[in-house]
Amino acid sequence: MTLMPSSLAEVQEVVRTYPHIRPRGGGSKPALCAPLEGQTVLEMAGLSGVLEYDPGEYVLVARAGTKLAEVEALLAEHGQYLPFDPPFVEQGATLGGTVAAGLSGPMRQRYGGVRDFILGVQFVDGEGRLVRGGGKVVKNAAGFDLPKLMVGSLGRLGILTEVAFKVFPFPKATATLLVNFSGLEEALKALYRLAGSPIELYALDLEPPATLALRLGGLPEALPARLERLQSFLGQTGELLREAAEARYWRHLNPLPLGEGRLVKVALTARHIPDLEKALGSTPRRYLSAGNLLYLSWNDEPDRLDALLKAQGLSGLVLKGTVARSQLGINLEHVLGHKVSRALDPQGKFSLHAPLP
Amino acid sequence: MNPALSELERLFPPGRFLVKPGELAPYESDALTAFRARPLAVVLPESHEEVVAAVRWCAKHQIPYVARGSGTSLSGGSLPIDGGLLIGLNRMNKLLRLDAKERLAVVQPGFINLQVSNAAAPYGLYYAPDPSSQPVSTIGGNLAFNSGGAHCLKYGMTSNHVLAARVVLPDGETIELGSESLENTGPDWLGLFVGSEGLLGIATEITLRLLPKPETYHTVLAAYDSLEKAGEAVAAVVASGLLPGAMEIMDSLAIEAAEAAVKAGYPLEARALLIVELEGETPQVEAEAQYLEEVIQKSGAYEVRVAQNADERMKIWKGRKAAFSAVGRLSPDYIVQDGVVPRSRLGQALAEIEQLSARYGLRVANVFHAGDGNLHPLILYNGRVEGELQRAEELAGEILKLCVALGGSITGEHGVGMEKKSYMTEMFSEDDLDAMQRIRQALDPWALSNRGKMFPGEAPALRFHGAHPLEKAGVISRE
Repeated sequence: MTLMPSSLAEVQEVVRTYPHIRPRGGGSKPALCAPLEGQTVLEMAGLSGVLEYDPGEYVLVARAGTKLAEVEALLAEHGQYLPFDPPFVEQGATLGGTVAAGLSGPMRQRYGGVRDFILGVQFVDGEGRLVRGGGKVVKNAAGFDLPKLMVGSLGRLGILTEVAFKVFPFPKATATLLVNFSGLEEALKALYRLAGSPIELYALDLEPPATLALRLGGLPEALPARLERLQSFLGQTGELLREAAEARYWRHLNPLPLGEGRLVKVALTARHIPDLEKALGSTPRRYLSAGNLLYLSWNDEPDRLDALLKAQGLSGLVLKGTVARSQLGINLEHVLGHKVSRALDPQGKFSLHAPLP
Repeated sequence: MNPALSELERLFPPGRFLVKPGELAPYESDALTAFRARPLAVVLPESHEEVVAAVRWCAKHQIPYVARGSGTSLSGGSLPIDGGLLIGLNRMNKLLRLDAKERLAVVQPGFINLQVSNAAAPYGLYYAPDPSSQPVSTIGGNLAFNSGGAHCLKYGMTSNHVLAARVVLPDGETIELGSESLENTGPDWLGLFVGSEGLLGIATEITLRLLPKPETYHTVLAAYDSLEKAGEAVAAVVASGLLPGAMEIMDSLAIEAAEAAVKAGYPLEARALLIVELEGETPQVEAEAQYLEEVIQKSGAYEVRVAQNADERMKIWKGRKAAFSAVGRLSPDYIVQDGVVPRSRLGQALAEIEQLSARYGLRVANVFHAGDGNLHPLILYNGRVEGELQRAEELAGEILKLCVALGGSITGEHGVGMEKKSYMTEMFSEDDLDAMQRIRQALDPWALSNRGKMFPGEAPALRFHGAHPLEKAGVISRE
């Protein structure tokens, strides 16, 4: 069954009435919002719209069902953006879905991921109560950090109804350098040197086998000098993308166009890359944020990827494609997680696993 | 000595188990000295296992406990509990690992904040969160209170810089939260733990993210003949699209105090001083500096100084960082308040604070992290004058309510602790607080860990919501 609430009260009512609930935003991460048998789908599109936005505050408050595309267009009018650069903008992703999935894009390199920008949250807990945490100011230390807790929560702790974010000015000028290296080792060496240097990159991606995609941003008058410095730092000029071609390059990557397989997010550090590269073979993939984030498209059995990630001590999350369980790799479950889940959802209405018959 | 204490004594060698009144006295309060309490005993663990042993002892005997570092909490967050155990973590002060290549440091909770940056400096790295107490405050305390500092607009708070933690839960169990990656693939449990004010457990090993040190700083000091103009200048800087690392404002009373204390060379007659600091790559900062100069010129500053070298920069910051303690020279006693308002409401907040100050007949000095909207009104009073402390506290409370009314928060960086727990209801509804309480009770059903802090009410009673999950699971029972 699918329900489309249009008010907070209706969301609360649904939670109180139905035993098993799966919230759904824009549906751009189908593996995370496809209902299991017995689950009632809660379409959140009816709870949308920006509630507060004062460009001078660098703060935006919106209902969880608001489309990223709407938010980005509004921010762009004022030269601002969501610095964690969420994926699937044109695919209809929502703010709430992005938070629940915990997804960030290439530009997270500059200032941080979605967890670093969420300021406030409102959600409906497993008993239908409306809960707020955090606030709408950029600095706040009052109470438990429920906004961060909801990042990556996958609908397991509550149904997000409102979120507040810190936003930043988008750089007045950007440029991208694509730099090929002779092999992975050379590319990783450069990646480490860049990540530890004062050179400020909006994106630092590794495109296998051995290409770095580097995005600079800032004032237009400083950009030529910075590009030159970057090129001399690397010892090569690379391929320079500017203006429309540059924008197109990154826009094309926003939907994570890696092919038809199961789309998987992996959290890692750069030191895992050499072993992964050996194991992943022809799997389409891209490493983001100086090797802290990997998106790949898996065409084989999920169990094989699960085993591969486990062997590396890594965890993964399936975003697209059918799987019995969206979390792969090492088990991140622990007693704190169980207790907190039970505290917010004592009846297990938001359980990610199939309800018992 | 009662049998339970003898049991504890066997766990800790002499010198690390304190029970004599003279030994306990230094631990009776933290930096918020208005509150005092005598702990039952103090233990000074030197390892994770000893922390576990202490926590298990507390769980077994139902004795509440507080973990603390250097005790710099300004909200009474590390105030001991009358008759409870105090777990002092200052001896767990080792840097366990510094991996410059992966840009991270693993430290014990008693490691001092500033020492992280010192250790990272040879590699061109630093630890970004810099609360004013950074020369003495510990990483464990910073983590517990999600400490801030002057750079939060651009860099976020402590929580944004903690990658992983080894945690002892209130029942003595050990878990690992987070990883070395900046990303994760499940609920952000670590995000919940950071800033939980010691109510959810004790971190014994903390992995911090290090950042490359900015290549250049450009520090500007601008003097104004009114606070409003300084506030408007901050708004103008933001509107120009610049993202400074820090923007700080001091009012005349704060200037006077700082100047008396450290002779920073501030223009003494100024009604307000604004410090703006740009940081980053040299060509970028040089270009930004020109925009900043235009903005500052238009903002009506009557004097503008730009630090020409590292020494001049340090001097500007020294005055700012000394302002709190320096106020002690102007008044026998003062309360440091910590509230946040949306940046656009700073002017209104300051005007209302001025009116409150007049109404209460108490001087208020203002120092604030203007870029973050984080106010630090310093309320000056004389504790020897009958009723003045009470008036000062009332005034402080009015200011907090004002912050919430303007859309802000009751604390930007000091935490709720003991001091602000009764104001939590200004900011959060009953259901909000109840959700937080349920999380706390799920992990600590007897409210042993830092009992009496953060949540309104004196001694928090057991507030079970139906049968406790642990009870349902058969793990605990009420006997």
